Amino acid sequence: MLGFLKEPVVVTAEINVNLVALTVLALISRLWGLCYPRAVVFDEVYYGQFVSLYMKRIFFVDDSGPPFGHMLLALGGYLGGFDGNFLWNRIGAEYSMNVPVWSLRLLPALAGAFCVPLAYQILVELHFSHCAALGAALLILLENSLITQSRFMLLESILIFFILLAVLSYLKFYNLQKHSAFCGSWWFWLLLTGVACSCAVGVKYMGLFTYLLLLATAGLHFWHMIGDQNLSNVCSTACKRYYLSLFMVSLLCHFLARALALIIIPMGLYLSFFYVHLALLYRSGPHDQIMTSAFQASLEGGLARITQGQPLEVAYGSQITLRNVLGKPVQCWLHSHTNTYPIRYENGRGSSHQQQVTCYPFKDVNNWWIVKDPGMQQLVVSNPPRPVRHGHIVQLVHGITTRYLNTHDVAAPLSPHSQEVSCYIDYNISMPAQNLWRVEIVNRESDTDVWKTILSEVRFVHVNTSAVLKLSGASLPEWGYRQLEVVGEKLSKGYHQSMVWNVEEHRYGKSQEQKEREVELHSPTQMDISKNLSFMAKFTELQWKILTLKNEDTEHKYSSSALDWVTMDTNIAYWLHPTSGAQIHLLGNVATWASANAAALIYLCLSLWYLLRRRRRIYDIPEDAWQLWVSAGGICAGGWAVNYLPFFLMEKTLFLYHYLPAVTFQILLIPVVLQHLGDHLCRSVLLKSMLSALIVAWFSSVYFVYCTFSPLTYGQPALSPPELRALRWKDTWNILIRKH
Amino acid sequence: MMLIGLAGYLSGYDGTFPFQKPGDRYEQHNYIGMRGFCAFLGSCLVPFAYLTVLELSKSLPAALLTAFILIFDTGCITLSQYILLDPILMFFLMGAVLSMVKCNSRADRPFSASWWFWLSLTGVSLAGAMGVKFVGLFVVLLVGLNTIYDLWDLLGNLSLSLVTFGKHLLARVLCLIVLPLALYTAVFAVHFAVLNRSGPGDGFFSSAFQSQLIGNNLHNVSIPEHLAYGSVVTMKNLRMAGGYLHSHWHLYPEGVGARQQQVTAYLHKDLNNLWIIKKHDSDTADLSDPSSPVEFVRHGDIIRLEHKETSRNLHSHQHEAPLTRKHFQVTGYGINGTGDSNDFWRIEVVGRKTGKLIKVLRSRVRLTHVATGCILGSSGKTLPKWGWEQVEVTCTPYLKETPNSLWNFEDHINPKLPNISLDVLKPSFAEILLESHMVMIRGNSGLKPKDNEVTSKPWHWPINYQGLRFSGVNETDYRVYLLGNPVIWWLNLITIGLYLLITVCTAVALKRGVQLTSELKELSRVVLHAGGQITLGWLLHYLPFFMMGRVLYFHHYFPAMLFSSMLTGITWDALLRFCAVFLSPSTTARKVHGGGFLALVLLILYSFYLFHPLSYGMIGPMASNPSSPMAGLRWMDSWEF
Repeated sequence: MLGFLKEPVVVTAEINVNLVALTVLALISRLWGLCYPRAVVFDEVYYGQFVSLYMKRIFFVDDSGPPFGHMLLALGGYLGGFDGNFLWNRIGAEYSMNVPVWSLRLLPALAGAFCVPLAYQILVELHFSHCAALGAALLILLENSLITQSRFMLLESILIFFILLAVLSYLKFYNLQKHSAFCGSWWFWLLLTGVACSCAVGVKYMGLFTYLLLLATAGLHFWHMIGDQNLSNVCSTACKRYYLSLFMVSLLCHFLARALALIIIPMGLYLSFFYVHLALLYRSGPHDQIMTSAFQASLEGGLARITQGQPLEVAYGSQITLRNVLGKPVQCWLHSHTNTYPIRYENGRGSSHQQQVTCYPFKDVNNWWIVKDPGMQQLVVSNPPRPVRHGHIVQLVHGITTRYLNTHDVAAPLSPHSQEVSCYIDYNISMPAQNLWRVEIVNRESDTDVWKTILSEVRFVHVNTSAVLKLSGASLPEWGYRQLEVVGEKLSKGYHQSMVWNVEEHRYGKSQEQKEREVELHSPTQMDISKNLSFMAKFTELQWKILTLKNEDTEHKYSSSALDWVTMDTNIAYWLHPTSGAQIHLLGNVATWASANAAALIYLCLSLWYLLRRRRRIYDIPEDAWQLWVSAGGICAGGWAVNYLPFFLMEKTLFLYHYLPAVTFQILLIPVVLQHLGDHLCRSVLLKSMLSALIVAWFSSVYFVYCTFSPLTYGQPALSPPELRALRWKDTWNILIRKH
Repeated sequence: MMLIGLAGYLSGYDGTFPFQKPGDRYEQHNYIGMRGFCAFLGSCLVPFAYLTVLELSKSLPAALLTAFILIFDTGCITLSQYILLDPILMFFLMGAVLSMVKCNSRADRPFSASWWFWLSLTGVSLAGAMGVKFVGLFVVLLVGLNTIYDLWDLLGNLSLSLVTFGKHLLARVLCLIVLPLALYTAVFAVHFAVLNRSGPGDGFFSSAFQSQLIGNNLHNVSIPEHLAYGSVVTMKNLRMAGGYLHSHWHLYPEGVGARQQQVTAYLHKDLNNLWIIKKHDSDTADLSDPSSPVEFVRHGDIIRLEHKETSRNLHSHQHEAPLTRKHFQVTGYGINGTGDSNDFWRIEVVGRKTGKLIKVLRSRVRLTHVATGCILGSSGKTLPKWGWEQVEVTCTPYLKETPNSLWNFEDHINPKLPNISLDVLKPSFAEILLESHMVMIRGNSGLKPKDNEVTSKPWHWPINYQGLRFSGVNETDYRVYLLGNPVIWWLNLITIGLYLLITVCTAVALKRGVQLTSELKELSRVVLHAGGQITLGWLLHYLPFFMMGRVLYFHHYFPAMLFSSMLTGITWDALLRFCAVFLSPSTTARKVHGGGFLALVLLILYSFYLFHPLSYGMIGPMASNPSSPMAGLRWMDSWEF
């Protein structure tokens, strides 16, 4: 009965003390004095405002990347009980008491610290010695730039963490592949790869580069699997066919598993980031304007307050405001006012001298237009309302001045190739009114669609000249009060958002007071438009805005070009103490960066040499060493290349911190190259011992540089001007020295 | 015609001028010859493509199919009928591909006469392609990759000694690098020799470049060498196509910084570009006195720059600049040279020590504003109407060393100093070559689309989404519309997908080690090797456009379309053959192959019959009008013929 007691209960635990010690050291180096300085440091001013908006649940759009990273930072704020009340306006501003600085900075710091054990494990999984792995981890540990970047509320350390995690889990998965496919841990690592990849992409789009690298690696490994001839050549043709079909099935399973974990799950996770983002942020806020009316109406407050309960279908007699769909340079509404176009413009061209029609960026009573049936005189909605459908001809009457929207063959004030759009004034000259417009619903489902408030995107085609009502984007001079020009585009090439309008505010006309009640009785089915917009529609719009929105500021004091990064010719001053000389800089460990460059160069040259020699059937190193060399290089040098080279093609403002993911991979390459040198190129004992001596000396120099620059990394102790001057090892570094 | 002007902007400087007879003759009556020339080159494409496919696939039907596609594509016809650069470019491009393929097929007889012939012909075509348009660089890339692959193959061939391999390498370097480069530079040398007169584009080029142009005021000029106080000078910004420091009587409009006189950069030569150099602390009187000794300006001096026409000082202050909001505004300030301490600038020469003299033309000068520490620079942005669309000048607080913030003195007038000849300035041919390329690249990438402009997107092209109106807008005009034959283009599009499918199947089968008959082996070689080469060409000529920020046009796709058509020929032929192999009885096989081929050809012919008015011109109502004969053919709403 008690047989199970015959055996002792044994728990064997294997603890890699190296790894534990490294992790502890990393935690100390990243978490020590995390609250210092208690002031806004560099881009915290940027990310902080998003954290505040998350706390207040106010919607925002950040064009720098997807929302997952912001959400993680906000999670820190949430755990620390941050209420979002802080004005993020200036770098160096003191934090007020309600800002939980420690918990806001904790997550990036933890992510930065865990990069160290991850680096160790990656090298082990690449089948390098624990000694090499230790070296890699130490180099990451002592890298000043990584420490600086992870001690503040910034995203790069989180990004690097997920990138390394993805690489490590793929390697673990690949190593399990050979003997125990489809077991529990195999699945675990495979799925973790996908999850980490999507997290990396979700933090910053830069993560995409590593994701693509891993996808390519997985594709390559699978290709080798297809060519694996072992199974198919086992026995006679009879059982061969059987084995072959078995093999095909297993191949298919492998393929499906990879597709699921590396493509479908990341896509799903990426969507879910946005889902959470949109679920959290339900209030309208400062970024509303760049979204479409439908999107704005789905947010609490803002436009939704106005549009709630307004009739859905536009009918003859409807009073509407028309918003241009483009939203660039600013959102604006079709507008008119009593002023007329000047008889002669500054450049001598003439105009029709009729009433101006513009696009006005503010809500105004002059933005109201009435949809009128050309065949009838009344300006109120009939009973029952007659909805306007795609293809109907309408007149648009300006509400305040009751003049008709008109266009004719007169050159527009600023875009002479297009027609002038005006509100028609009958001067009794030979220029008849041409005020018929055909309504074309761009996003219609059928040709009999009804024109709907907010949802329908409409083009107005002039019946006489087939010109299309368009926002030209130019702003009028003084006489037009700098409002935006609206023109009739004769050569309408295809679809462009500047020619598309949607109804934003809408009410049924009831100008005769006595009929007010009657109209209300017959008001149409009201509907809440916000429920109509599905998550996918919101996601597509938000994603599109994130990708297409461009910040205009293209210059920054500390911006740099991608070429400066390799040699670290540039730095970024993150923070300066208001009175003393204490300051924080993003500056790498010079010794590490130089040796990383050397390692990359050596790797490249040696690989080329080996390749050329192998092509002539001369094998310098054993085959398994070669495989090791290639796979390690594929990950480390490949990771460096994919995270660095694309920046040469980018036109946005670049900073040194964009290079950090690349440099992390480059640092991993150093022990790879060193171990290869020691194992295969230093053949004699003497050379080997010399190499180890060199490595020790070099490590101490790395440590020395780390210590020297740690005041600039941690911001304390404060240094005197001469000491600071001594730290200016390169002329191009911008270290701040107070003059008095 | 504006579109062609834009696309041809580059080529105006480019190597095409041997084909561009003087403009006036072309205007009058001799354009038939030019058109004939272009059309001839355009029709050469068909035999070239035919021969290339024949060489690659060794299959007559494939080659015939390709030829049919190219003959009956309305887009190709239209494009080669007019005086455009595209037929010339495509001629050289196809020439390069054909000779490359020919050369590859003679790999078994290296160093034979025909091998040499085709190899050097490849080089010549490359030079031609590069000289016509920068798109020619893609075919250079294609040939380069092919050569690397070829050499790699040779290196792995252990029966070849390293010496032989060295010979191969040298031959290729000679024919594919040295020869084209020599031809290319020769073309440029001729270009500079022919076009040695000053023209309207001078302002785009640096002072040194201008000194080479006859008729330019810098040609054979003799001016005082060192800058002195009281000199009248013009200052040119050193960024490529940077302008002269300029000011005029107009003020900045209200709401744009302080309401003081505008200072801009202006690309053309003008009296308003003249400035007088003055000491910061002394007034004008003693400098104009002819008897006073000449005092030179030295590196590190603090000076004042007075605008000659308006007598205002170059001035800056902490108001934001009109366009670049983070920079400071630069204005003209003061009356008759009396201003304030914000008019003081420190003049520094790049890479010199304090006290050195400043040389006209050769010194690269930086002007630092003394009060705020910012640097005078040109942002390169164009001011709106109030600034006469000249270029913005700002004072940048970011102390970066860029050409934007460097200037040189170009004209220099000082009666008290002796003039010396500045022939020393003469730039070498290499420098001229480099600079003209930089200006061209800048001009090229400067063709940015405006915000509200509807532009053609690369993904439009293969689906033939939108054409290009060549001539005629109204109903009564004789209209020509550049649009590919939609049947052919969609066939090409489908074929790319089909090709990928076939390739994957074949590659997996080969990887699995499936035993193939010799016929199938040959077929899969054609699919993988020949098809791969062509697909690579297509990718190289298409994908880069996605990364370009400039304005793109439909006709940019035509080089890629040539490759796509060749791929169609190869793929359909291979597909029909595969089908034929699996339907083993040879009579049905032949029927399937022949029938499929015939069906494709008939399809192409019929579609050409339908769409031929596009390229040969049409009169009558627009196609959007249902009464037009073309109304039924308007298959996509975006077509506008």
